[in-house]
Amino acid sequence: MKRLSFLAALLAASAAPLAAQTVAITGGTVALGDGSEPIPGGTVVIRDGKIAGAGLNIAIPRGAEIIDARGKWVTPGIVAGFSRLGISEVDLSADGSTDDRAQNSPFSAALDIAPAINPMQTTIAVNRADGVTRAVVAPNIGRNIFGGQGALMDLGADRDPVTRARLFQFVEFGERGAGAAGGSRPATYAMFRNALREARELSRFAVSRGGRAETQEDPVVRDPNESRLIGPNVNRSEDIMLTRFDAAALVPVLQGRQYLMIHVEAANDILNVIKLKREFPTIRPIMVGVTEGWTVAGEIAASGIPVIASAVNDLPASFEMLAATQSNVGRMRDAGVNVAIGMIDDNDTRYLFNQRQYAANLVALGKVPGAAGVSWGEALALITSRPAQVIGMGGKIGSLNTGAAGDVVIWSGDPLELASATEAVWIDGVRQPLESRQTKLRDRYQRLDRSALPEAYRR
Amino acid sequence: MGGCATTKKEGPPPIRINQDPYPSTYHRYSGAVTAIRGATVFDGEGAQFENGTVVLADGVVQAVGDASTPIPEGAVIVDAAGKWVTPGIIDVHSHLGDYPSPGTDGNDDGNEATAPARPDVWAEHSVWPQDPGFARALANGGVTSLQILPGSANLFGGRSVVLKNVPARTMQGMKFPGAPYGLKMACGENPKRVYGNKGGPATRMGNIATTRATWLKAQEYKRKWDRYEKNGGEMPSRDLAMDTLRGVLNGEILVHNHCYRADEMAIMIDLSHEMGYKITSFQHAVEAYKIADLLAANGTCAAMWADWWGFKMESYDGIKENIPFVDRAGGCAIVHSDDPNGIQRLNQEAAKALADGRRAGHNVTDAYAWRWLSYNPAKSLGIADKTGSLKTGKMADVVLWNGNPFSTYTRPERVWIDGALMYDANNPRLRPVSDFELGQPGEGDVK
Repeated sequence: MKRLSFLAALLAASAAPLAAQTVAITGGTVALGDGSEPIPGGTVVIRDGKIAGAGLNIAIPRGAEIIDARGKWVTPGIVAGFSRLGISEVDLSADGSTDDRAQNSPFSAALDIAPAINPMQTTIAVNRADGVTRAVVAPNIGRNIFGGQGALMDLGADRDPVTRARLFQFVEFGERGAGAAGGSRPATYAMFRNALREARELSRFAVSRGGRAETQEDPVVRDPNESRLIGPNVNRSEDIMLTRFDAAALVPVLQGRQYLMIHVEAANDILNVIKLKREFPTIRPIMVGVTEGWTVAGEIAASGIPVIASAVNDLPASFEMLAATQSNVGRMRDAGVNVAIGMIDDNDTRYLFNQRQYAANLVALGKVPGAAGVSWGEALALITSRPAQVIGMGGKIGSLNTGAAGDVVIWSGDPLELASATEAVWIDGVRQPLESRQTKLRDRYQRLDRSALPEAYRR
Repeated sequence: MGGCATTKKEGPPPIRINQDPYPSTYHRYSGAVTAIRGATVFDGEGAQFENGTVVLADGVVQAVGDASTPIPEGAVIVDAAGKWVTPGIIDVHSHLGDYPSPGTDGNDDGNEATAPARPDVWAEHSVWPQDPGFARALANGGVTSLQILPGSANLFGGRSVVLKNVPARTMQGMKFPGAPYGLKMACGENPKRVYGNKGGPATRMGNIATTRATWLKAQEYKRKWDRYEKNGGEMPSRDLAMDTLRGVLNGEILVHNHCYRADEMAIMIDLSHEMGYKITSFQHAVEAYKIADLLAANGTCAAMWADWWGFKMESYDGIKENIPFVDRAGGCAIVHSDDPNGIQRLNQEAAKALADGRRAGHNVTDAYAWRWLSYNPAKSLGIADKTGSLKTGKMADVVLWNGNPFSTYTRPERVWIDGALMYDANNPRLRPVSDFELGQPGEGDVK
């Protein structure tokens, strides 16, 4: 009963504001998220769920709700460049609450994370309250190097979290990939090449989808992976390693219609990915992790492969991270790499809110001789527009540019300072609740004096 | 002759057991007489000096005060206008050296997970002084002392060791002179998970039963040895596990109890009363805010994260106001890391807790909040008379920050340990490079 009434209260609380409003936020320090420096005294207008304008001299639509943000900062919502948000509630010894990996499934690449994303998970409300509005969600690998198909989600308090399903296929190279492939990097590459060849074989029989991006379709009604199996001749060679579903799922990867997100850390692995791109020119890789990226930054930049890097990894935590330094992101940027910040293998389930702390720490590096930092504007971009660009959503999310999703945060001060807090959050133009289990627990235990009834009656 | 009846000899006089068989060989490195002036100074106990002066000489703090503080002739003068000076940060919960980088199986020395009660193991015997993490904690975190704990797989994990964060060839070369030993205890999920399929305990009640039974043995051991040390006679057999527990019962070894949930912490407090020892600190203490009054009443410190939560069931009720709420109740609040990355940003973790606390109505000054990072940790380790605040005569463990240390934009600029300059951001030669990192990619780089 208690659980039911809690849910009912939550729904009641979020029922009222679930419509997109026309809002004009005026007088605040506006940071667009595109790398530019903040604009004092700016205006941000959200209309029909999108940004209608941001900056100076922005016309305020008639009938708009006007919010005075003088003394505050206004930015796009934070984009988690890499996460396992919404697919794992409690990681350890709480099996039923996690969907991030399928260790015992016969399937791998075919797995689609979208249905696992549960917008009611407490991890989402906690991060939303801290200004995170979108997140790249990747499955973890299970039985082989392929984790399955990841998604882009929004953190709105509603039942519809998926922005783009099947945006990318996730694959582990490097140490973890080697382990999953059988124990060595050569095993990884053999498995990978074999998998893409199986996909190639299958793709010859695939039904043409008329070039339309498959990621847009409803997976329930017509799953494009499965529809690929209904060709005139889907016989396969006998020498196969992947299930039919897995091979079919790699067809869009091979054809470059779905990103291939590859986790690598070591310089050598990074260079191998660049070579793979030459072998399979149609694939569209994104590298995540990339701790040693700075040592081969020129090669990455020349390859054009975008990167989502962990921001402040600076320990030789493993032999694939020996060259780890907090200057990695700054040096890659300086070399022309298209780089964003994510939190791969770094509290990627529930601490995405710390991206702004890490981004700020990269600004701090600017004062350390020998280190490579980034400007303030770039730091904000690293956690807003850059991850959006890397996943092909540039201009659509992660900035206050006109036409982008109405994901906006008002902060009490500089958003990269930990003393600052969110004061209001919109996602797709919808004002969001900032309550969470944590804030409710905080309020319950604000006072410890004995009252007439136990704490359980305090809500 | 009349006294014979009352001083009846049972045998030879008692043999004195060496309580310190692996003694510290740490010596302070030489430091110039130094005056840091013009900075905002937090003394670590709550006081703040604007345009302050801190004088270091002979390894100790000579003076802390305002601009009128006299500067000794010939002192190296550090112009710190616009910067901040604080005591060095002390992390009471680290596994550096025991779970070093790289984290390979061959380096994995943090949990003696072979029986649920192993108070006989000493974390110091696992410490690899070449762990690159020590230098990161120094250069990026301003950490000058730290407690290395064994892990929490066991109900009794073993003895901790307190280190000064100086590079050394041996663990003893880092060992904090005169710091008491700690005993790591654990309750809750970890012992259950590790031993559930290895003969137990498999439940929380099993945890408590094994813990109590172990203490009963320790009490018997203590009685035997107390009698022997008083009267002599035949020496009872030595038991390393029981030696440690006897040290706790004698008040010489401090208990640091890994425990998350409020209800379990309350049980552990009662258990300590039952067995006759004191819990110096709860480690992780995610639900400390629910029993902040109880912790304050028992004088038990709570070492906490600013925002870690939810990674297991016993951390599910974490809130961001935990640290300030413990402080508000009059308790001893400590920011800890338990993490080789987190230890590099403890100042920022405190900044989060400070900001969340202020928003919840706990208005303390920045200078006061530094207690969570140096003085309270020192107190819980039994070394507050030696370090943890900038008081005349205490060890000159000092950080010069290039801005407000509660800002994300701030970095340590220089770090002194016992008055010796051990890190200087502007001098690449004052950046330690461990043996492991020599000849590896990125050797000597800023990290």
